[in-house]
Amino acid sequence: MKKNDWILAVVIVVIAAVILLFQFTRGNSGSGEVSVSVDGGVFGTYSLSEDQTVDINGTNRLVIENGTARMEWADCPDQICVEHRAVSRVGESIICLPNQVVVSVVSGEEAELDGVVR
Amino acid sequence: MKNRAAYFGVFTALALILSYVEILIPISFGVPGVKLGLANLIILIVLYKTDWREALLLSVVRIMLAGFIFGNMFSILYSLAGGVLSLAAMALLKRRESFSVVGVSIGGGVSHNIGQLLVAMIAVETYQVGYYLPVLLIAGVLTGFLIGIISGEVLKRIRQIDLAMK
Repeated sequence: MKKNDWILAVVIVVIAAVILLFQFTRGNSGSGEVSVSVDGGVFGTYSLSEDQTVDINGTNRLVIENGTARMEWADCPDQICVEHRAVSRVGESIICLPNQVVVSVVSGEEAELDGVVR
Repeated sequence: MKNRAAYFGVFTALALILSYVEILIPISFGVPGVKLGLANLIILIVLYKTDWREALLLSVVRIMLAGFIFGNMFSILYSLAGGVLSLAAMALLKRRESFSVVGVSIGGGVSHNIGQLLVAMIAVETYQVGYYLPVLLIAGVLTGFLIGIISGEVLKRIRQIDLAMK
Protein backbone atom coordinates (compact mmCIF):
# COMPACT_ATOMS: atom_id res chain seq x y z
CA MET A 1 0.00 0.00 0.00
CA LYS A 2 1.17 3.47 -0.83
CA LYS A 3 0.82 6.64 1.22
CA ASN A 4 -1.87 7.96 -1.12
CA ASP A 5 -4.03 4.89 -0.46
CA TRP A 6 -4.15 5.77 3.22
CA ILE A 7 -4.85 9.43 2.49
CA LEU A 8 -7.75 8.46 0.21
CA ALA A 9 -9.21 6.07 2.79
CA VAL A 10 -8.83 8.51 5.68
CA VAL A 11 -10.33 11.42 3.72
CA ILE A 12 -13.43 9.38 2.82
CA VAL A 13 -13.87 8.11 6.38
CA VAL A 14 -13.52 11.64 7.76
CA ILE A 15 -16.14 12.93 5.31
CA ALA A 16 -18.47 10.11 6.39
CA ALA A 17 -17.82 10.83 10.07
CA VAL A 18 -18.61 14.52 9.62
CA ILE A 19 -21.92 13.74 7.89
CA LEU A 20 -22.77 11.19 10.61
CA LEU A 21 -21.97 13.69 13.34
CA PHE A 22 -24.15 16.27 11.64
CA GLN A 23 -27.03 13.78 11.42
CA PHE A 24 -26.79 12.82 15.09
CA THR A 25 -26.53 16.34 16.46
CA ARG A 26 -29.79 17.30 14.82
CA GLY A 27 -31.26 15.64 17.85
CA ASN A 28 -34.30 13.69 18.87
CA SER A 29 -37.72 14.93 18.06
CA GLY A 30 -40.02 14.09 20.91
CA SER A 31 -43.15 15.29 19.20
CA GLY A 32 -42.12 14.76 15.61
CA GLU A 33 -44.14 13.47 12.74
CA VAL A 34 -43.52 10.85 10.10
CA SER A 35 -44.15 11.77 6.52
CA VAL A 36 -45.06 8.91 4.20
CA SER A 37 -44.61 9.29 0.47
CA VAL A 38 -45.33 6.82 -2.31
CA ASP A 39 -43.71 7.15 -5.73
CA GLY A 40 -42.56 10.68 -4.93
CA GLY A 41 -46.01 11.93 -3.94
CA VAL A 42 -47.09 12.63 -0.36
CA PHE A 43 -49.27 9.87 1.06
CA GLY A 44 -49.82 11.27 4.53
CA THR A 45 -48.29 12.65 7.72
CA TYR A 46 -48.71 10.97 11.09
CA SER A 47 -47.76 12.07 14.60
CA LEU A 48 -45.14 10.02 16.44
CA SER A 49 -46.65 10.77 19.84
CA GLU A 50 -49.80 8.85 18.99
CA ASP A 51 -49.66 5.03 18.75
CA GLN A 52 -51.22 3.94 15.50
CA THR A 53 -50.99 1.58 12.55
CA VAL A 54 -50.91 2.96 9.03
CA ASP A 55 -51.77 0.89 5.99
CA ILE A 56 -49.91 2.19 2.93
CA ASN A 57 -51.77 1.22 -0.24
CA GLY A 58 -51.99 -2.37 0.99
CA THR A 59 -48.33 -2.91 0.17
CA ASN A 60 -46.75 -1.81 3.45
CA ARG A 61 -47.88 -1.50 7.07
CA LEU A 62 -46.30 1.11 9.30
CA VAL A 63 -46.57 0.91 13.07
CA ILE A 64 -46.03 3.90 15.31
CA GLU A 65 -45.52 3.21 19.00
CA ASN A 66 -43.54 4.74 21.89
CA GLY A 67 -42.52 7.68 19.71
CA THR A 68 -40.87 5.55 17.05
CA ALA A 69 -42.01 4.31 13.68
CA ARG A 70 -41.20 0.96 12.12
CA MET A 71 -42.32 -0.98 9.07
CA GLU A 72 -44.18 -3.99 10.36
CA TRP A 73 -45.01 -5.66 7.08
CA ALA A 74 -44.28 -5.28 3.37
CA ASP A 75 -45.23 -7.41 0.39
CA CYS A 76 -41.84 -6.97 -1.31
CA PRO A 77 -39.41 -9.91 -1.58
CA ASP A 78 -36.34 -8.34 0.04
CA GLN A 79 -37.98 -7.18 3.32
CA ILE A 80 -35.22 -4.64 3.87
CA CYS A 81 -37.62 -2.02 5.19
CA VAL A 82 -39.12 -4.52 7.65
CA GLU A 83 -35.70 -5.34 9.05
CA HIS A 84 -34.80 -1.67 9.31
CA ARG A 85 -34.60 -0.41 12.87
CA ALA A 86 -37.31 1.91 14.19
CA VAL A 87 -36.88 5.60 13.36
CA SER A 88 -37.54 8.61 15.58
CA ARG A 89 -34.94 11.30 14.83
CA VAL A 90 -35.59 14.10 12.37
CA GLY A 91 -34.14 13.14 9.01
CA GLU A 92 -34.20 9.40 9.64
CA SER A 93 -36.10 7.33 7.15
CA ILE A 94 -37.23 3.87 6.19
CA ILE A 95 -37.27 3.21 2.48
CA CYS A 96 -38.96 0.39 0.62
CA LEU A 97 -37.53 0.57 -2.88
CA PRO A 98 -39.70 -2.09 -4.59
CA ASN A 99 -42.88 -0.28 -3.55
CA GLN A 100 -41.28 3.19 -3.79
CA VAL A 101 -42.41 3.94 -0.25
CA VAL A 102 -40.44 6.45 1.81
CA VAL A 103 -41.17 6.98 5.49
CA SER A 104 -39.21 9.88 6.95
CA VAL A 105 -39.28 11.66 10.29
CA VAL A 106 -39.96 15.36 9.95
CA SER A 107 -40.02 18.05 12.60
CA GLY A 108 -43.37 18.49 14.32
CA GLU A 109 -43.17 22.24 14.34
CA GLU A 110 -43.04 23.66 10.87
CA ALA A 111 -39.82 25.73 10.94
CA GLU A 112 -40.95 28.28 13.46
CA LEU A 113 -39.19 31.60 13.30
CA ASP A 114 -38.41 33.56 16.44
CA GLY A 115 -38.56 36.76 14.47
CA VAL A 116 -37.57 38.36 11.24
CA VAL A 117 -35.31 41.38 11.06
CA ARG A 118 -35.80 43.53 8.03
CA MET B 1 -5.19 -11.57 -30.01
CA LYS B 2 -6.34 -15.06 -30.89
CA ASN B 3 -6.77 -15.91 -27.21
CA ARG B 4 -8.88 -12.87 -26.39
CA ALA B 5 -12.25 -14.60 -26.59
CA ALA B 6 -10.99 -17.53 -24.53
CA TYR B 7 -9.56 -15.32 -21.79
CA PHE B 8 -12.66 -13.16 -21.75
CA GLY B 9 -14.83 -16.25 -21.36
CA VAL B 10 -12.78 -17.48 -18.43
CA PHE B 11 -12.94 -14.10 -16.71
CA THR B 12 -16.68 -13.80 -17.30
CA ALA B 13 -17.18 -17.27 -15.79
CA LEU B 14 -15.00 -16.38 -12.78
CA ALA B 15 -16.84 -13.11 -12.17
CA LEU B 16 -20.20 -14.89 -12.43
CA ILE B 17 -19.13 -17.60 -10.00
CA LEU B 18 -17.96 -14.97 -7.51
CA SER B 19 -21.33 -13.19 -7.87
CA TYR B 20 -22.96 -16.51 -6.98
CA VAL B 21 -20.58 -17.19 -4.08
CA GLU B 22 -21.44 -13.77 -2.71
CA ILE B 23 -25.13 -14.71 -2.60
CA LEU B 24 -24.24 -17.96 -0.79
CA ILE B 25 -22.33 -16.21 1.99
CA PRO B 26 -24.80 -14.00 3.81
CA ILE B 27 -22.33 -11.42 5.08
CA SER B 28 -24.50 -8.79 6.64
CA PHE B 29 -23.11 -5.41 7.61
CA GLY B 30 -26.39 -4.40 9.17
CA VAL B 31 -27.14 -1.98 6.38
CA PRO B 32 -29.29 -2.76 3.35
CA GLY B 33 -27.41 -3.14 0.09
CA VAL B 34 -23.91 -3.48 1.50
CA LYS B 35 -22.06 -6.34 -0.16
CA LEU B 36 -18.47 -7.48 -0.27
CA GLY B 37 -18.21 -7.06 -4.04
CA LEU B 38 -16.26 -10.25 -4.70
CA ALA B 39 -16.77 -9.95 -8.47
CA ASN B 40 -14.83 -6.71 -8.37
CA LEU B 41 -11.78 -8.87 -7.67
CA ILE B 42 -11.88 -10.14 -11.24
CA ILE B 43 -12.68 -6.69 -12.66
CA LEU B 44 -9.64 -5.27 -10.83
CA ILE B 45 -7.33 -8.00 -12.08
CA VAL B 46 -8.52 -7.53 -15.67
CA LEU B 47 -8.11 -3.76 -15.29
CA TYR B 48 -4.51 -4.25 -14.20
CA LYS B 49 -3.62 -7.04 -16.61
CA THR B 50 -5.23 -5.56 -19.73
CA ASP B 51 -6.92 -2.16 -19.95
CA TRP B 52 -10.06 -0.31 -18.89
CA ARG B 53 -11.99 -1.21 -22.05
CA GLU B 54 -11.78 -4.92 -21.33
CA ALA B 55 -12.65 -4.31 -17.69
CA LEU B 56 -15.68 -2.19 -18.61
CA LEU B 57 -16.93 -4.79 -21.08
CA LEU B 58 -16.45 -7.55 -18.51
CA SER B 59 -18.20 -5.52 -15.83
CA VAL B 60 -21.26 -4.84 -18.02
CA VAL B 61 -21.46 -8.45 -19.28
CA ARG B 62 -21.15 -9.77 -15.73
CA ILE B 63 -23.86 -7.45 -14.38
CA MET B 64 -26.24 -8.36 -17.20
CA LEU B 65 -25.73 -12.11 -16.75
CA ALA B 66 -25.79 -12.04 -12.95
CA GLY B 67 -28.85 -9.78 -13.09
CA PHE B 68 -30.78 -12.14 -15.35
CA ILE B 69 -29.79 -15.23 -13.36
CA PHE B 70 -29.98 -14.02 -9.75
CA GLY B 71 -31.77 -10.67 -9.84
CA ASN B 72 -34.27 -8.63 -11.80
CA MET B 73 -34.38 -5.54 -14.04
CA PHE B 74 -34.31 -3.37 -10.97
CA SER B 75 -31.11 -4.88 -9.61
CA ILE B 76 -29.47 -4.69 -13.05
CA LEU B 77 -30.13 -0.95 -13.15
CA TYR B 78 -28.59 -0.48 -9.71
CA SER B 79 -25.59 -2.63 -10.45
CA LEU B 80 -24.97 -0.91 -13.78
CA ALA B 81 -24.89 2.54 -12.21
CA GLY B 82 -22.56 1.32 -9.49
CA GLY B 83 -20.42 -0.75 -11.83
CA VAL B 84 -19.87 1.91 -14.47
CA LEU B 85 -19.13 4.68 -11.96
CA SER B 86 -16.85 2.36 -10.03
CA LEU B 87 -14.92 1.39 -13.14
CA ALA B 88 -14.54 5.02 -14.20
CA ALA B 89 -13.14 5.90 -10.76
CA MET B 90 -10.80 2.91 -10.73
CA ALA B 91 -9.48 3.60 -14.25
CA LEU B 92 -8.80 7.25 -13.35
CA LEU B 93 -7.12 6.39 -10.03
CA LYS B 94 -4.99 3.73 -11.70
CA ARG B 95 -3.88 6.14 -14.42
CA ARG B 96 -2.59 8.56 -11.77
CA GLU B 97 0.06 5.96 -10.87
CA SER B 98 0.27 7.27 -7.30
CA PHE B 99 -2.17 4.71 -5.92
CA SER B 100 -1.64 1.00 -5.38
CA VAL B 101 -4.26 -1.67 -6.09
CA VAL B 102 -5.71 -1.09 -2.62
CA GLY B 103 -6.28 2.63 -3.23
CA VAL B 104 -7.81 1.94 -6.63
CA SER B 105 -10.09 -0.69 -5.07
CA ILE B 106 -11.18 1.66 -2.28
CA GLY B 107 -12.05 4.32 -4.85
CA GLY B 108 -14.01 1.70 -6.78
CA GLY B 109 -15.90 0.45 -3.73
CA VAL B 110 -16.88 3.93 -2.59
CA SER B 111 -17.96 5.13 -6.04
CA HIS B 112 -19.92 1.91 -6.58
CA ASN B 113 -21.99 2.71 -3.49
CA ILE B 114 -22.39 6.34 -4.54
CA GLY B 115 -23.65 5.23 -7.96
CA GLN B 116 -26.25 2.96 -6.41
CA LEU B 117 -27.34 5.67 -4.01
CA LEU B 118 -27.83 8.08 -6.93
CA VAL B 119 -30.09 5.58 -8.71
CA ALA B 120 -32.02 5.04 -5.47
CA MET B 121 -32.49 8.81 -5.14
CA ILE B 122 -33.87 9.02 -8.69
CA ALA B 123 -36.04 5.91 -8.21
CA VAL B 124 -37.83 7.09 -5.08
CA GLU B 125 -37.60 10.78 -6.04
CA THR B 126 -36.38 11.87 -2.65
CA TYR B 127 -33.11 13.06 -1.19
CA GLN B 128 -33.91 11.22 2.06
CA VAL B 129 -32.06 8.22 0.67
CA GLY B 130 -28.93 10.32 1.18
CA TYR B 131 -29.23 9.44 4.83
CA TYR B 132 -27.35 6.25 4.05
CA LEU B 133 -24.42 8.12 2.49
CA PRO B 134 -21.98 8.08 5.45
CA VAL B 135 -22.59 4.41 6.17
CA LEU B 136 -22.20 3.50 2.51
CA LEU B 137 -18.99 5.56 2.27
CA ILE B 138 -17.40 3.71 5.19
CA ALA B 139 -18.67 0.36 3.88
CA GLY B 140 -17.13 1.18 0.50
CA VAL B 141 -13.76 1.89 2.10
CA LEU B 142 -13.85 -1.36 4.10
CA THR B 143 -14.93 -3.65 1.27
CA GLY B 144 -12.65 -1.85 -1.18
CA PHE B 145 -9.74 -2.33 1.20
CA LEU B 146 -10.39 -6.07 1.55
CA ILE B 147 -10.85 -6.66 -2.18
CA GLY B 148 -7.80 -4.50 -2.88
CA ILE B 149 -5.57 -6.53 -0.56
CA ILE B 150 -6.74 -9.80 -2.14
CA SER B 151 -6.31 -8.42 -5.69
CA GLY B 152 -2.82 -7.25 -4.83
CA GLU B 153 -1.86 -10.73 -3.62
CA VAL B 154 -3.35 -12.40 -6.70
CA LEU B 155 -1.66 -9.92 -9.06
CA LYS B 156 1.66 -10.57 -7.33
CA ARG B 157 1.31 -14.28 -8.03
CA ILE B 158 0.22 -14.03 -11.66
CA ARG B 159 2.78 -11.38 -12.56
CA GLN B 160 4.53 -13.62 -15.10
CA ILE B 161 1.29 -14.45 -16.92
CA ASP B 162 0.83 -12.19 -19.93
CA LEU B 163 -2.82 -11.46 -20.54
CA ALA B 164 -2.41 -8.55 -22.96
CA MET B 165 -5.34 -9.06 -25.26
CA LYS B 166 -4.28 -6.52 -27.83
